[in-house]
Amino acid sequence: MISLTDVSKTYPGGVTALAAVSLEIARGELVAIVGPSGSGKSTMLNIIGTLDRPTSGEVRIDGYDVSKLPDRRLAALRATGIGFVFQHFHLAPGVSALDNVADGLLYGGLRRAERRRRAAAALERAGLGHRLGHEPHELSGGERQRVAIARAVAGDPPLLLADEPTGALDSVSGTGVMELLRALNASGTTVVIITHDREIAAALPRRVPMRDGRVVPDPDTGHRTGRDADRGAGPGRRHAGSGAM
Amino acid sequence: MAVPAPGHAARPDPGHAERPGPVPARMRPPDVMRVGAAGLRTRPARALLSALGIAIGIAAVIGVVGISSSSGAELDRRLSALGTNLLTVSAGRTLLGEEAEMPLEAEAMVERIGPVESVSAAGYVETAKVYRSEEVPEAQTGGISTYAARTDLLTTVGATVRNGTWLNEATQRHPAVVLGATAARRLGIGGTGPDTQVVVGGVRFTVVGVLDPVPLAAELDSAALVGWPVAESVLGFDGHPTILYTRSAESGLEDVSAVLAATANPRAPNEIDVSRPSDALVAKQVAGQAFTGLLLGVGAVALLVGGVGVANTMVISVLERRAEIGLRRALGATRGQIRTQFLTESLLLSVLGGTGGALIGAGVTAGYALYRGWPTVVPAWAAAGGLAATLVIGALAGLYPAVRASRLSPTEALATP
Repeated sequence: MISLTDVSKTYPGGVTALAAVSLEIARGELVAIVGPSGSGKSTMLNIIGTLDRPTSGEVRIDGYDVSKLPDRRLAALRATGIGFVFQHFHLAPGVSALDNVADGLLYGGLRRAERRRRAAAALERAGLGHRLGHEPHELSGGERQRVAIARAVAGDPPLLLADEPTGALDSVSGTGVMELLRALNASGTTVVIITHDREIAAALPRRVPMRDGRVVPDPDTGHRTGRDADRGAGPGRRHAGSGAM
Repeated sequence: MAVPAPGHAARPDPGHAERPGPVPARMRPPDVMRVGAAGLRTRPARALLSALGIAIGIAAVIGVVGISSSSGAELDRRLSALGTNLLTVSAGRTLLGEEAEMPLEAEAMVERIGPVESVSAAGYVETAKVYRSEEVPEAQTGGISTYAARTDLLTTVGATVRNGTWLNEATQRHPAVVLGATAARRLGIGGTGPDTQVVVGGVRFTVVGVLDPVPLAAELDSAALVGWPVAESVLGFDGHPTILYTRSAESGLEDVSAVLAATANPRAPNEIDVSRPSDALVAKQVAGQAFTGLLLGVGAVALLVGGVGVANTMVISVLERRAEIGLRRALGATRGQIRTQFLTESLLLSVLGGTGGALIGAGVTAGYALYRGWPTVVPAWAAAGGLAATLVIGALAGLYPAVRASRLSPTEALATP
C-alpha cells in the first residue's frame, strides 16, 4: 500500500525533516507513526498523503510512483484513494454534518444526491446517524472528529491517514474515536495514525517510532519497525483485500 | 480504468508496470456554482457590502443612461406631437442695429411659396405696456410684450389654451387679450372672465384666455396677445408683422427655408432671421448629452472602485480561508478546481452587485421619469453592457486571488489553524 525507499525531505533553509527513510506498510495494516514533535512524523504524513513531494527517494502509494505523477493526477489520487483526518477536524462552520461529509466526495465525480446518500451511510457507520442535520458548533469534540472521519472514509478510500486524531479531544472522546478507527481498519481500510501519544501508539498492532527524521527501533519491542520489521503481524492483516466495507 | 472505483480494495502490487495515474473527475456546473456560492453564504455581510460597491457603479451608469434616454424619448414624443415643420421668420435688425421692419405684404408673399401650408403672424406693439391695473407704476412693466396676433396663430404654432378661449373673429376687434403662461403668472391671473381685466397701452382689456407654455414659440409665453384689428384701432399698431410662423410640407422644408428671407423682405433679405424652433429643442438635448457623458464617466469610476472592492474582498477571503483551501486540496481538488472556485465566487459577487445595481438604476430612472411625466426608457444595450462589465470586472478582480489560492501548497495551507 505504502512503500517509501530512502525518502528524504529537506526544506528550504536546510532543515532536514526526513533523512533516508524507508518504510513498507501493507494493505489492511493499522500503524502508528509515533514520535515527539519535530521528529518528522508530520512531514511523513504529508508525503504519504501526496500533499508534499520528497526531495529525494521513491514514494509509492497504492501502486503509483508519486514522483512521476503530475499535480492534478495526485489530486485525483487523493480524491478517491486517500482519506485524511486532522487534529482540528477542519469542518466547514455553518454546514450540516451531512453536507460536510458529502463535500468530502465533491472531487470524486459523483452526483450530489449520490454524495449525500453515501455521506449519510458514512455518518451512520460512525455512529452519528442521529446527527445528520447538526452543524459543527452543535456537536461535541468527539462527534466532530467522528464527522471528520466519516468524511474521510465516505468514498471508501483504501488508505486513511489520521494526524493526531485524538489530540484535541478528552480521553473518553479519544477512546471512541480510536475505536472507530479500529473498526474501519477491521473492515479493510489501511489506517495510518500519526501521534505523539505513546499510550495510543502502544495499543496499536504496529508502531513506527520516529526521531530526528529517522525511523528508530521500537523501544517497547526493541525491533526495527521500518522495512525490515515483521510487518503484517497485526490483526488488520487478516482483513487485507476483504473488499468493500 | 483511470479512476479507481471507490470501495474497490484489490489493487495491483507496487512495482509492476507504471500506470498513468488517476484522472481528476470534472466538477458539474451546479457543483461549481454551489462551491462558489458557499464562500459568499458564510460571510453574507461582507459579500453584500462588496456587491454594493459594484451595485452603486452599475446603478449610476444605468440611471444616467436611462434618464438621458427617457428624456430623449420625451423629446421625440413632444416633437412628433408639435411637428418639426414649423419655421419662424423674424424681422431681425438692420445693419445699423435698429429694429428692422417687415413689409406689410410679407405674410401674403410667404403664403405664395409652394410647399408652405399655413402662415400666421404676430406683430410687436412696442408702445403698449401691460399692467394689472392703472395703479401700477409705469416702470413696472413686468417684461410683458404686447403682440397683435392673427386668429390662426394658435393652430400654426401648436399652442393650447389652458383657460378660457383663443381670439376669434369677434373678439379680435374688441379689447380682449389672451395671456401667455408666464405673462399670466406675472400678472397674478389664474382664471378668465368678464371682470378679469388688465391695462394694455392704457386701455382696459378683458382677459379671455390664458395659454399653456408654447414649446416652439417661447416668446409667446411672456406675451399679451390682442387681435390685429383692435391693435391697429386702439393701440396704434402700424400693421407690420414682427414674426411670421409657417408650416410647410416636410419634404419642401429646406427649399422654403432657403427662400423665406428673400420672400418676406425682398428689399433687405439680410435683415430677416429664419429659424426652426424644433432644432433648438434638439440642440438643447444634445447639450444635455455632453453632461450625460460626464456623468457616465463618474459612473464608470464608481464601477471601477467597486471592482477594486471585490478584488480586495477576494484577496482577504483567500488569506482567511487557507485552511479550507488546504482541506479541499487534501480532499482531492486540483489547482484548477481551486482557481475555478474563487473565480466563480468573484463572478457571483459582481453579478450579484450588477443585477442589484441594474435594478436600482432602472428604479431611479422610472421614479425620475414618473416625476417628470416622461416615458420610462432603459435601453437594453445599457443593461446588457452593465452585465457584461460586471462579468469582466468580476473575472479581473478574481483572477489574481484565484491564482494565488491555487498556488498555495496544501501542507502550508493546512498548517494554518
